[in-house]
Amino acid sequence: MSDEPDNDLTNEDDLVAADTAVETIPEPDPNAVAITLNGREIVARKGETIIAAADREGEYIPRFCYHPRMSSVGMCRQCMVEVDTGRGPMLQPSCMITVLPEMKVETNTPMAKRAQEGILELLLINHPLDCPVCDKGGECPLQDQTLSHGPGESRFVEEKRHYEKPIALSEHVLLDRERCILCDRCTRFADEVAGDKLIQFIERGNATQVSTFPDEPFSSYFSGNTVQICPVGALTAKPYRFKARPWDLEQVESTCTSCSVGCRISVHSSRDELLRFQGVDTGADSDSVNWGWMCDRGRFNFESIEAGHRLGVPLVRSEAGLVDTSWNSALELARQLIDGASSIGLLGGARGTNEGAFAWAQLADAVGIAHRDAQLGDGLSAELLGVPRATINQAAAANTVILVGPDLKEELPVLYLRLRDAAVHGHTKIIEFSSQSTGITRYAWRSIRHAPGLGPVEIAKTLADPTIAAQIASGDVVLVAGRSNMAVSEATALAAVQAVLSAVPNATVLPALRRGNVVGALQLGLAPVDVDHDALATLRLAAAGHLDLLVLLGADPINDCPDADLARRAIAGARHVISIDTLPSESTQQADLVFPAAAFAEQRGTTTNLEGRVSRLNQKVTVHGTARPDWMIASELASVLGHDLGFTSIDDVTAAIAATVPAYASATPTAIDSADGVLAVNTGGGLPSVEATEAQPSGYDYRLVVSRKLYDRAVSTTMSPSLAKLPIGAGAHLHPADHDRVGEPDGAEVRLVSASGSVVLPLVSDDTVQRGTIWAPFNQAGADITDIVDSSTAVTDVRIERLT
Amino acid sequence: MGAHGTYAWAAGYFDDGDRPQIVTSRFKYDDSYTLDRYHESGGYQGLRKALEMQPAEMADEVKKSTLLGRGGAGFPAGVKWGFTPAGVWPRYLVVNGDESEPGTYKDRLLMELDPHQLIEGCLIACYAAGLSQCFLYIRGEMALAHERVAKALDDAYRAGYIGKNILGNSFSVDIVLHWGAGAYVVGEETALIESLEGERGMPRVKPPYFPAAIGLYGQPTIVNNVETLANLPFIAANGSAAYTAIGTETSPGTRMIAVSGHVKRPGVYEIINGTTTFRDLIYGENFGQGIRDGNELKAFVPGGGSAPWFVADQLDIPFEGRQASSAGSMLGSGAVIVMDDTTDIPAAALTLVKFYAHESCGKCVPCREGGTWLYRILERIVAGNGTDADLDTIREVGQSICPGEMPHAASERLGLDAVPFPYKMTTICFVGPSAYVPVHSAMTLFPEEFAVLVTKREVRSMIPVTAAPVGGE
Ligand SMILES: Cc1cc2nc3c(=O)[nH]c(=O)nc-3n(C[C@H](O)[C@H](O)[C@H](O)COP(=O)(O)O)c2cc1C
Ligand code: SF4
Ligand code: SF4
Ligand code: SF4
Ligand code: FES
Repeated sequence: MSDEPDNDLTNEDDLVAADTAVETIPEPDPNAVAITLNGREIVARKGETIIAAADREGEYIPRFCYHPRMSSVGMCRQCMVEVDTGRGPMLQPSCMITVLPEMKVETNTPMAKRAQEGILELLLINHPLDCPVCDKGGECPLQDQTLSHGPGESRFVEEKRHYEKPIALSEHVLLDRERCILCDRCTRFADEVAGDKLIQFIERGNATQVSTFPDEPFSSYFSGNTVQICPVGALTAKPYRFKARPWDLEQVESTCTSCSVGCRISVHSSRDELLRFQGVDTGADSDSVNWGWMCDRGRFNFESIEAGHRLGVPLVRSEAGLVDTSWNSALELARQLIDGASSIGLLGGARGTNEGAFAWAQLADAVGIAHRDAQLGDGLSAELLGVPRATINQAAAANTVILVGPDLKEELPVLYLRLRDAAVHGHTKIIEFSSQSTGITRYAWRSIRHAPGLGPVEIAKTLADPTIAAQIASGDVVLVAGRSNMAVSEATALAAVQAVLSAVPNATVLPALRRGNVVGALQLGLAPVDVDHDALATLRLAAAGHLDLLVLLGADPINDCPDADLARRAIAGARHVISIDTLPSESTQQADLVFPAAAFAEQRGTTTNLEGRVSRLNQKVTVHGTARPDWMIASELASVLGHDLGFTSIDDVTAAIAATVPAYASATPTAIDSADGVLAVNTGGGLPSVEATEAQPSGYDYRLVVSRKLYDRAVSTTMSPSLAKLPIGAGAHLHPADHDRVGEPDGAEVRLVSASGSVVLPLVSDDTVQRGTIWAPFNQAGADITDIVDSSTAVTDVRIERLT
Repeated sequence: MGAHGTYAWAAGYFDDGDRPQIVTSRFKYDDSYTLDRYHESGGYQGLRKALEMQPAEMADEVKKSTLLGRGGAGFPAGVKWGFTPAGVWPRYLVVNGDESEPGTYKDRLLMELDPHQLIEGCLIACYAAGLSQCFLYIRGEMALAHERVAKALDDAYRAGYIGKNILGNSFSVDIVLHWGAGAYVVGEETALIESLEGERGMPRVKPPYFPAAIGLYGQPTIVNNVETLANLPFIAANGSAAYTAIGTETSPGTRMIAVSGHVKRPGVYEIINGTTTFRDLIYGENFGQGIRDGNELKAFVPGGGSAPWFVADQLDIPFEGRQASSAGSMLGSGAVIVMDDTTDIPAAALTLVKFYAHESCGKCVPCREGGTWLYRILERIVAGNGTDADLDTIREVGQSICPGEMPHAASERLGLDAVPFPYKMTTICFVGPSAYVPVHSAMTLFPEEFAVLVTKREVRSMIPVTAAPVGGE
């Protein structure tokens, strides 16, 4: 209880003074605020903090807690500068003070420097200074700023604070409380950015620590970001811990292709081994994708690239199974298989580069492959890409976002972060249609549940509601469209999208398709011409024994097609199967010929994210074994088949794309390498008209929802030791009330029976599931739920049979 | 057991003669805290008067009364109420009953002995300042206060003073009682708001989080101290002129001062503001009655543990904010702690430094690290393990918390001139500086007591330090 000293803006007079000052901003540029910074006149922006303005002007103010993508808390007090608003200079934290006209800021006066040095000395008194064994040493803001702004020595002679080190916050993240400087970045990130408020400060004063809640680990999909933004070595991630010293690392910028958000990242390696991925923020004005964030799947699944099981030489089927062979004989065998085939199907291409997809499409054109599809019946018609497209920024700035698609937190995690931010910190209202609660439900303005298969009906009804119609009419509308339920036919999913577009004709679309380069592959020639030539049609043809050759370009239909039974029959029914892949999968195991492909970070190229943004992929490590990039395999195959695709380097392919694909005309190397990348969107056409089949109630008890979790049986997850233990496993999730009716305990196995088969799964009580439905996560360890999904029916109804 | 059962020491001198009593007038009754007693002694008349006026008129009365905030900052309540932005609803009143400044125990008495007076004050404030709801925050350790205020709220609700259509008027307001979890820093208004919101009690940074603009749940919020609000029934019932007739122009009315330490009669006294001097309070027959055991006064803390110390040279300064600050300290929370000539000054300073270091919320570095550092050095010095270099380090660490010249009192004995209050600070709130203030005052006003404790750095080959305990499990 003190009289409030008059040394800063902490009394009520200043509040009034500040208010009136804001109103006297000169007319011309309403966003310009002229201030004086270290004697220099500069123009800052209205509403920004002093530290942000100084950063743009190249005047570095030391800081720890400030992070431009999170709210300022003014906690570390490192950024103290002298601010004069007409009543004499006052020491103020520059991350908390908004620029005001005629403000004078001095960052280097003796008073400011003394304050900055004082804070650094205080930060170091209890810091263990174990830099020689600390992962952060060499890239540590505490080290760096101690050098640049700190005092030369410490006067501290007492014993330092001690804690057990380190403790685990989660599967990935370890905390060394001795090194922690309590900057609130990790805790703020968890709360403000990820919405997973699972870490908090406990205790007070000198004993304050970051902690999880009892028995509740920091199991956030975004936990790796805290390690990246921790300004000291307090947080370390297991996959990188003790693997390298920063000065041994080499890095290049690239784009994550683990999903189609296409986060900007940097790829770090040492001694030709991938060691870490980090998010790249290209800057407040230019970053249109991930703002520096990543999801843990994208961040840590590099381990699979270094996994011991990588395919390194071509394999050919013999009596002894798949055996090594040479590239020459493999190419020759492929030539024979292609030449001898009267019907060929080409599936996949969505996991690679634009160049790989394009070269394979060229090869397919040359050879006359009619059946091709970059998706595996688990997405939505490629015509979706013909609807006017939205960018992530446009979605995050729209008045209304309508969500008809997958659980974004599970499938496109950083898009979830961006939309969550738009809903929480921006003015966007989200209207979500789904058959169960999703990650975004908490933040949605309206979250509307419908029975599986009844989306189109519910959407039409809801959008006609006057309140909702008024919201939609209030400004831009972006539709995020994808496949929410793989137990419901693609046609029904498409009808739901159409229901939105007919109610809101000028909505733009952000396609929520999942695989890393699915948009690129579809736009560059790997889209089916019609539904009779798409993935499901191809698989049906093969299953019926009418396909001579099935080429799987980085595709594993047995695990990724919603109708696993069909995929299995197709691979068995196709006369021959060629697989091009980086890691062995269930599908490669059944191929006649396997080409080892170069993986992410082993090749240069470009990729197209869901917005249509083309950005750079860079090579960081040598290709594994004799693996080759997809484009090269296509080129070589073409040449043994007597066609010349005309490519001798990856850059040739990139150039050919720009020269021949109109949407990519501006995708020149310089444009691609710019911070913002370049948008390649080819609109026109529009959606095919589909009849929404009104799925009538059946004699079965439950209607099935099948959707993806972030961690599933994807090879890149199972082959990454850090991620491999995270999938939740197969199960039949039921609303607790329905669960009670079944009369079996949680975890008990039951048989789910549909019209097309049955599967035995454990029961899981789950209140995110709607009553009357069963939700089963897709592609999880355990029995395959997709065994009972028939891709030719509109919905999948099931009944539960007790085994006892 | 009557109201004073717990305060047997206090019986008899709550009502001793002609002094005006604005807020303590009922303390003399054993049943002072009941609604019946409140009614019998003019209770809720101020509210009735207020409701006959327009809210703006009532607010104007408060402004004209120059009622100064009693929480520590001494900011005029009427002016503060005017800071809420127009047209933003809802807006809240938060009553700061977290009183935990060392030496301060006046709000506790107001809550325990006259809870209805506080409730009536809250209602008048809500009416006059147009506040939609009131939150009454009581310190975690004050069980009796909590019990009595809770009972009083129930009674007042039943009697129609709180809730919908109060006393048949269109004015409606609810009062929510909140019991704190026990942290000194939560007395700081923004930390109190965080705590009310269910968050960890850590102060917010001003700007931008001035409660009047962005307060509880992001809405405009007036935070007032218990005693501040307890004055409102008098002002409403008798008018601002009756209030300003007491005290001086800049410090009108009365105020409660808690006297503790080496006086003959410690206790809480309602004194006339502005004119009563520290000498009156410490030596006056109606107040402290002088130093115990015939000892001499050595030093006193004039405004709660965080205030720089005064010595006998400052005894004639009256309770008037500006005079106190030019003399190098502040009136703060209305608590005077008296030290006689038997006091071990470094040890006394250590007690206070320990308190503030312990109560740091941990949010900002200078307080979290600096407070504990100061405490550990001082602890070592008091134990006889200090060196003269430690004294320099204390001042250096102090500079990292409070850069620039540090306020202190004048001392004729040492030939020192006063450095006026306030100080500059690198921390978010005043807890950090408060850890430095006592040791700074002690070292400045009694350097010889430190000089005899420390050894020269050159002759010490080793500094024995106590190991910090291993935290966590
Ligand atoms: C560390 C700290 C502790 C405080 N503790 C209290 C307290 O216990 N009670 C109180 O009324 N004000 C306390 N204050 C002052 C409040 O922040 C605030 O100024 C006061 O409640 C406003 O009420 P008033 O204007 O009626 O005085 C404290 C301030 C600080 C910085
Ligand atoms: S762990 Fe790192 S990010 Fe978190 S509070 Fe400590 S220093 Fe900051
Ligand atoms: S959101 Fe997608 S692109 Fe971004 S890091 Fe995760 S997997 Fe990679
Ligand atoms: S000065 Fe101390 S108590 Fe106040 S905010 Fe900072 S750390 Fe918390
Ligand atoms: S960077 Fe401004 S207080 Fe931490």
